[in-house]
Amino acid sequence: MQSWRRLGLWCGGLAAALVAVSLGSVAYGTVDLSPVVVAKAMLNAVSVPAGLSVTGGALGVPLVGQVPWLGVDLQYVRPFGFAVPASAQTIVVQLRAPRVALAAVVGFALASAGTVMQGFFRNPMADPSIVGVSTGAAVGAVTTIVFPGFVAAIPLLGLVPLVGPLQVFAFASALVTAFTVYLVATDGGRTPVATLLLAGVAIQTLLGAVVSYLLLQADESVGQALYWLMGHLSAASWNDVVVTLPLALVGFVVLAVYSRDLNVLLMGEEDAHALGIEVERTKRVLLAVSSLVTAAAVAVAGVVGFVGLVVPHVMRLLVGPDHRLLLPTSALAGSVFLVATDAVARSGPAELPVGIVTAALGAPFFLYLLRSREVRTL
Amino acid sequence: MIHGDGVSVSLGGERVLDDVSFDVAAGTLVGVCGPNGAGKTTLLRTVNGILTPDSGSVTVDGEDVASLSARALARRVATVPQDTSFAFDFPVREVVAMGRTAHRGRFERATTADRDAVDAALERAQVDTLADRSVGAVSGGERQRVLLARALAQQTPVLLLDEPTASLDINHQVRTLSLVRSLVDEGKTALAAIHDLDLAARFCDALLVVAGGRVLAAGPPEEVLDEPVLERAFGTRTAVRSNPVTGTPTVTALADHETPLEDVVAERRSTDTTGEADGTVGLPDGGPEDSRRVDARPDGGDE
Repeated sequence: MQSWRRLGLWCGGLAAALVAVSLGSVAYGTVDLSPVVVAKAMLNAVSVPAGLSVTGGALGVPLVGQVPWLGVDLQYVRPFGFAVPASAQTIVVQLRAPRVALAAVVGFALASAGTVMQGFFRNPMADPSIVGVSTGAAVGAVTTIVFPGFVAAIPLLGLVPLVGPLQVFAFASALVTAFTVYLVATDGGRTPVATLLLAGVAIQTLLGAVVSYLLLQADESVGQALYWLMGHLSAASWNDVVVTLPLALVGFVVLAVYSRDLNVLLMGEEDAHALGIEVERTKRVLLAVSSLVTAAAVAVAGVVGFVGLVVPHVMRLLVGPDHRLLLPTSALAGSVFLVATDAVARSGPAELPVGIVTAALGAPFFLYLLRSREVRTL
Repeated sequence: MIHGDGVSVSLGGERVLDDVSFDVAAGTLVGVCGPNGAGKTTLLRTVNGILTPDSGSVTVDGEDVASLSARALARRVATVPQDTSFAFDFPVREVVAMGRTAHRGRFERATTADRDAVDAALERAQVDTLADRSVGAVSGGERQRVLLARALAQQTPVLLLDEPTASLDINHQVRTLSLVRSLVDEGKTALAAIHDLDLAARFCDALLVVAGGRVLAAGPPEEVLDEPVLERAFGTRTAVRSNPVTGTPTVTALADHETPLEDVVAERRSTDTTGEADGTVGLPDGGPEDSRRVDARPDGGDE
């Protein structure tokens, strides 16, 4: 009972913080809007399915004659109609809100995956990309930027709706990389985490070399490639959100279902087995799902570092190591952190890639915690 | 209850257990003894399913360990590991509650039965007063009992203990083994790797002497703790006597130059020279029957 109340309080508080930070971030910009206008504009954009209407008629089918048919139409209603200037409405809904929403989703995804990876590896330095997901995505993205013709020639990439070939190729190469690392580290059905860690480091080094080589081959596109590598949210669209959000949410739910197993895994794999956990199967699920969630985030936002490393640590200090509480609170805190840092990133005279800001703000904060609160264990 | 049949295990290309067979009767406490690297821990790992034998099989209550899921096995066999490094600060109660993992469905919340089992285990292992402390903040002896409580919360018929007394002081050694003894007297079956032969002899119903991946002897402590067997197992001369306090066998490993005191006395009696001549040993008046001590004369290396 106690623990459910704690969970509710923490998640409620963080969700409130997320709403506040998001409203503030959307309000802030070259055209400053009041949070009230922002809230009104957002509510105006809400549309809910309000009812069904049955339509019918008759269809002329050759040789058969008139065939009656019935259909169902969903009717949407926009329940709110606040008076908001049209320009403000556009700025909020079309320009700023998707970026803030994407920051929230990416932060959520990276912090969830980071929490799971740190528990999985029992290693405080683990982050969501430890099995090479980010570097894999980087190879895909930079290849697309530097050799657009080559990537356009891959037929399947164009078939994915809503997102561009860069995102699809980055996502695919991230997953291929993670799976390769897993295969390299697996022997006889067992995947020792130490081997996985080292295989991840080795493959990341190799792919890092590939990315460096690609950058050398890039001419005028090198700036664009570097910008992607630093992590960015400036090109965010609602389509990115629509594609990433379900992956992040479904992944989170699966990870949350495994949070008790993750607690037991902290005891060590042999103990976990003796306590009744199917260790290898659990590891496969955790690795696959957190890699998927990370790949989804990195594909749309580039390599946004530090969120998945620092946020879980901070939350572990605040709420303790129990993943039933740690995972949801870290995920929400990741959202809050990335929305806030993205607001900082676009506040300067020239917009910075958000990855620079997360590292520049996160690292000193982390060092402060390290000195003051003894972050030495998981 | 536990039955091993021709079990062979290789680790890293080296044969650690070689055609080992053993039996643990229900309701008994059996100690696995032997030198470092003999395969004691490996033998336990074949019983809790962490290792699958290359050949041979281990059954628990008639069921092949290799064919049981981790969950099914964890409802039959609980393990107290030798040392678990707690790199996190869960409260003791949470650690003990992890013993309920195999009894709870993924989406089930803790039932009254779960909570009762945890409370009973905390109390039984005498860690109920520590329940809300962080497991990282308790002493080595307490941590061992927390792990025992976790195993008790599993409510299994079989208990495995890997060196349960290895890092404990004499008080905690005896307390821990007394607790295991009383659990066995109440019906559990226990298999424990125990380094200390005297403690093993005091608390176990039977011993399994393992060396070089083979079982050298099995049976009641009085039969198994035999000087020739121990010399083969440990590669050193030993003296086995009856402990005057407990009446159970006590084993003393002899350094190369040492000879059991009563042998020295007997030898001197036969040559009609007693210890007073060179004054190196002070013999109790009672004679050889009363002396359980070992002569430590530096020049007594005669065999």
